[in-house]
Amino acid sequence: MDLTFVILVEMLYAVASLVLISAGLAVVFGMMKVINLAHGEFMMMGGYATITAVNLGVNVFVAMLVIAPLVVGLIGLVVERLVIRHLYGRLVDTMLATWGLSLVFIGLATMIFGNTTTGISTPIPGFAVGGYQINGYNFFIIVVSILLVIGIYAVLRGTRAGLIARGTMQRADMAAALGYSPDRIYMATFFCGSALSGLAGAVLAPLVGLVPTSGGAYIAKAFITVIAGGPSLIAGLVSSATSFGVISQIFTFAISPVIGEVALLIAAVVLLRTMPQGITGRFFKGKL
Amino acid sequence: MRAGGAGREVLVTLVVAALLIWLMPLVIGTYTLTVLVIYGMLGLSLGLIWGFGGILCFGQAAFFGLGAYTYAIAAINIGESTVPMILAVLVPALFAALLGAMMFYGRLTDVYLGVITLVVTLILFKFVNSTAGPQYKIGEARLGGFNGIPGFQTLNVPGDPDAYIWGDPYFYVCAVMLVIVFLLVTWLLRSSFGRIAVGIRENEVRMALMGYDVAARKTVLFAIGAAIAGLAGALFANWGEIVTPNLFSLGQSAEIIIWCIVGGLGTRLGPIVGAAGLAYLKFLLGQQSMIDNTLITGLILVLFVLFLPRGLVPAIAALLTSIFGRSRRKPSARRMRRLRHG
Repeated sequence: MDLTFVILVEMLYAVASLVLISAGLAVVFGMMKVINLAHGEFMMMGGYATITAVNLGVNVFVAMLVIAPLVVGLIGLVVERLVIRHLYGRLVDTMLATWGLSLVFIGLATMIFGNTTTGISTPIPGFAVGGYQINGYNFFIIVVSILLVIGIYAVLRGTRAGLIARGTMQRADMAAALGYSPDRIYMATFFCGSALSGLAGAVLAPLVGLVPTSGGAYIAKAFITVIAGGPSLIAGLVSSATSFGVISQIFTFAISPVIGEVALLIAAVVLLRTMPQGITGRFFKGKL
Repeated sequence: MRAGGAGREVLVTLVVAALLIWLMPLVIGTYTLTVLVIYGMLGLSLGLIWGFGGILCFGQAAFFGLGAYTYAIAAINIGESTVPMILAVLVPALFAALLGAMMFYGRLTDVYLGVITLVVTLILFKFVNSTAGPQYKIGEARLGGFNGIPGFQTLNVPGDPDAYIWGDPYFYVCAVMLVIVFLLVTWLLRSSFGRIAVGIRENEVRMALMGYDVAARKTVLFAIGAAIAGLAGALFANWGEIVTPNLFSLGQSAEIIIWCIVGGLGTRLGPIVGAAGLAYLKFLLGQQSMIDNTLITGLILVLFVLFLPRGLVPAIAALLTSIFGRSRRKPSARRMRRLRHG
């Protein structure tokens, strides 16, 4: 019984962290068909922003949930204005340019923070379930992810800004004809996407030892999750994160963590081979 | 492209290559030069399939690493280098043929292709990284996990395991190999296979309607690219005298793509120049510690994508054309756009 509970929590946690990792990338990709390969580095910077803020005496939750998203969002804004705005509509070029950016950020972080591991301790203590110890922080991540998905849905569905964003997503030229500047909307979307990446990096920061190259660990997973999810933003994100999270956890528990990772990757290959347009290219068509 | 033109081009290639092989060691040490030549070959392998076949492979490093590991494992088991060299070309080619068949018969294109090749590289990296235990053995060779495999038989004169080829002679071997591969690629691109590959890059549906088996041809081209990368991997293993999982890493794949972009896609020379040039730049930058190495590599990539998306070699060729006013054949701007943006 206890073991079932622990496994269930671990699976939920795996799915939640995949959602968290991929949300920023999914927003940018779903909106503007831009693959931001510097996404992992945005997360890394979110982590550093949190740690720096905490070391300066800021409350850890304020640092994670407010400061880090703002800082990374602003960095994203600068990046969008300087580089990405010139490359809209050129998928491969944006991928290459953002790959270059990711290297630049790694270099900058190495120069500023040094090539050493930094970290903060988790602010929520663990607790015991029967004979097993559960990390309380995992629940925090699950809650944040659920709130995040609900939040994105509410904004896109319920607000005027979300309506304009969805309109631009479908037909940028129509939105422009109705008087909304796609340039502005893309800028705002990129800010939001970057902020989400920053948030993800910040929330995960207490769990990992942060080094300037930490981003590399996330980008591949996020990239795979988003592409496998397909065109619909929320349905795609949740469905692919769920399938990958569950599969990797099953193999992790059955065999070993390495096999779990490999199983996730093999699942991605099989999934893309059978559904080249992603999960939502076939199911949940037209959903958000 | 007349037959006479082909003969002259081969002659020019040989003369220029001979001059470079003779002159370059006077400027740069042969130890460094050898690795530049090997990277040039690796760049050429991606330049062939991406620049002429339109296949953007995010995992060219997988074939490079596979070639290196195949060589190392076979060399330990056999104790002589001729068969391992051949295996190091065949195994990646076979692997790529299987992978390519899976992707191309499934009609996967651009981003999805990128994701799959990337994922396969990651799988190999993760798997090899986790094989540190003594139970992971192939014949006599222990895979060694993140420590890699050291101490295998390096290149020797075929048939004589004690006559090692190393130092200056090894540089000449690598350089001659690169020239041979370059000429083979030239020949391939002039053959009908090469022209059909370019046709597929330009418009896949059109070539399919004309009756060509697009998937089969892309698979073969992909396998040829992997074979070249595998050869480069084996040469690299001989140069470094150790193979590590880092050969499979994402960073390595990224670097190959950067070489092609900087050198110039759709040219044979571009990726070689890009690879050797950037690798040498990295070597020079590695000798100072003021500015981080990665930062400069990234900056170069961003600047090239923004301001010189066609790469160095086409840009220089265009410059020379405008200076000397000779109308040489060059890839038209439209063709290049197609190639890069599908």
